[in-house]
Amino acid sequence: MFDDFFTRALVAGIGIAIITGPLGCLIIWRRLSYFGDTLAHSALLGVTLAYAFSLNIAFSVFVISAVIALLLLNLQKRTRLAGDSLLGLLAHSTLAIGLVLIGFLSSIRFDIMGLLFGDILAVTVEDIALVWIGGFIIIGILYFIWKSLFSATVNYDLALAEGMKPNIYNMIFTLLLAGVIALSIKMIGTLLITGLLIIPAAASRNITHNPKQMVFVAILIGILSVTIGLFTSLELNTSSGPSIIVIAIILFIISLIPLELRGKLQK
Amino acid sequence: MSKNNLLVSLDNAGIYKSPKWLIRGVSLEVKSRQIVTLIGPNGSGKTTTAKMVLNILEPDEGSLKRYTNKIAYVPQKINIDWTLPLRVVDFMRLTNNLSNNEIIESLNQTGVEKLFKEQIHSLSGGEFQRVLLARAISKKPELLVLDEPVQGVDFNGEIDLYNIIKNISANLNCGILLVSHDLHFVMSATDHVVCLNGHICCSGKPSSVIKDKAYIELFGEHRSKTLTYYQHEHDHIHDSDGSISS
Repeated sequence: MFDDFFTRALVAGIGIAIITGPLGCLIIWRRLSYFGDTLAHSALLGVTLAYAFSLNIAFSVFVISAVIALLLLNLQKRTRLAGDSLLGLLAHSTLAIGLVLIGFLSSIRFDIMGLLFGDILAVTVEDIALVWIGGFIIIGILYFIWKSLFSATVNYDLALAEGMKPNIYNMIFTLLLAGVIALSIKMIGTLLITGLLIIPAAASRNITHNPKQMVFVAILIGILSVTIGLFTSLELNTSSGPSIIVIAIILFIISLIPLELRGKLQK
Repeated sequence: MSKNNLLVSLDNAGIYKSPKWLIRGVSLEVKSRQIVTLIGPNGSGKTTTAKMVLNILEPDEGSLKRYTNKIAYVPQKINIDWTLPLRVVDFMRLTNNLSNNEIIESLNQTGVEKLFKEQIHSLSGGEFQRVLLARAISKKPELLVLDEPVQGVDFNGEIDLYNIIKNISANLNCGILLVSHDLHFVMSATDHVVCLNGHICCSGKPSSVIKDKAYIELFGEHRSKTLTYYQHEHDHIHDSDGSISS
């Protein structure tokens, strides 16, 4: 069934869309888009280290992302620089270090375009297993901690006062985010994964009215983006990551239309 | 709950935020069926004290002892971003699991059951305060912390809500810590008043606090005297139509 590279890509991509739906919603609710971006940039360093020390790529990316998240918390305690400055600092320093290290690895065959933008040809059966098992774990944990995480998203103090232990769950959320980036790096690439996290969620917000609805519609839009995007990339011979994101942004534009129409009808 | 119905106590507690103490030397107790009020000017440490009681802020000196985990909180400010689609019913379920009937019942108590399916973003300030209070009531707490719960509520609504608050402590058998600017309500309906200004200026029963020099100094001769007059002449609350309710 998975003999065909395209089927493999589709199965893996749909798995990723199911994970990025709920996490993407949490990212935009919590205004963490740039945080996701920083983790994704640092993923390049993770991939480079994986090649250098022959580690599993997803594992290495996950570890580096988690380290960056902890580093951010630590930096916030040491300096009064604003959060976005610190994120920019971490994002680009890890990206730069990653790129410099790639230079040292010139003896190894290294597909940097594939890394930055994703490569459907590279998806293996092991990748599919990783995405679906990893995704199952991430969604499972998310389901289990949803109430605490969600209440902390609405109001941190309220959640803390009423015994929801938001600090622990925020930490778990950060690790889940690192996890989803690690799982999707091959498909979408480091530069565009944030797009798959936030664009379907943003499009979903335009047409939904409660949190659960928004999560499910975000998953649907993600699956649509992946499916149509992959077909397009096959047809036009374009990179898989950018094609998926282009479809997602088209769906986002479509999601704006009902609002426009509603505005006109009211006038 | 401890033997003598003590729910929470602060002992000589303070919060330091460089370069100064926001509040220092606060000792207070809340028992069940008791309404304790914090009053004081802006920046006097009322919200900070409430947050210490809730364990949101850990005291830098002194200590907090809590004898209950059934706590509900109405924060002073709560902003819910548009990116988060949230109906009143979703908000009511934020930290506990309630059936639709339980939610409607609680909303009914603060007079906003019709807002059940409304988006939180579409509510007015006063409606939102009522939803916040309803959510807190629905938790059936043993300790309820209310930080200026009637802000933005119209005049009649204010009286309604204060009556509800008074009833909660009796009906739910819970203790209330209230931050309030409404000296009239504070003096006529609460059991214990703590007057703050970076430290405890004075505290005790309303009748003794209003005679206290520190209190008169803080709130001005005229205003405090008016309230002295209120206290002596009125030991009840008027309903919106002027009838006496207690």
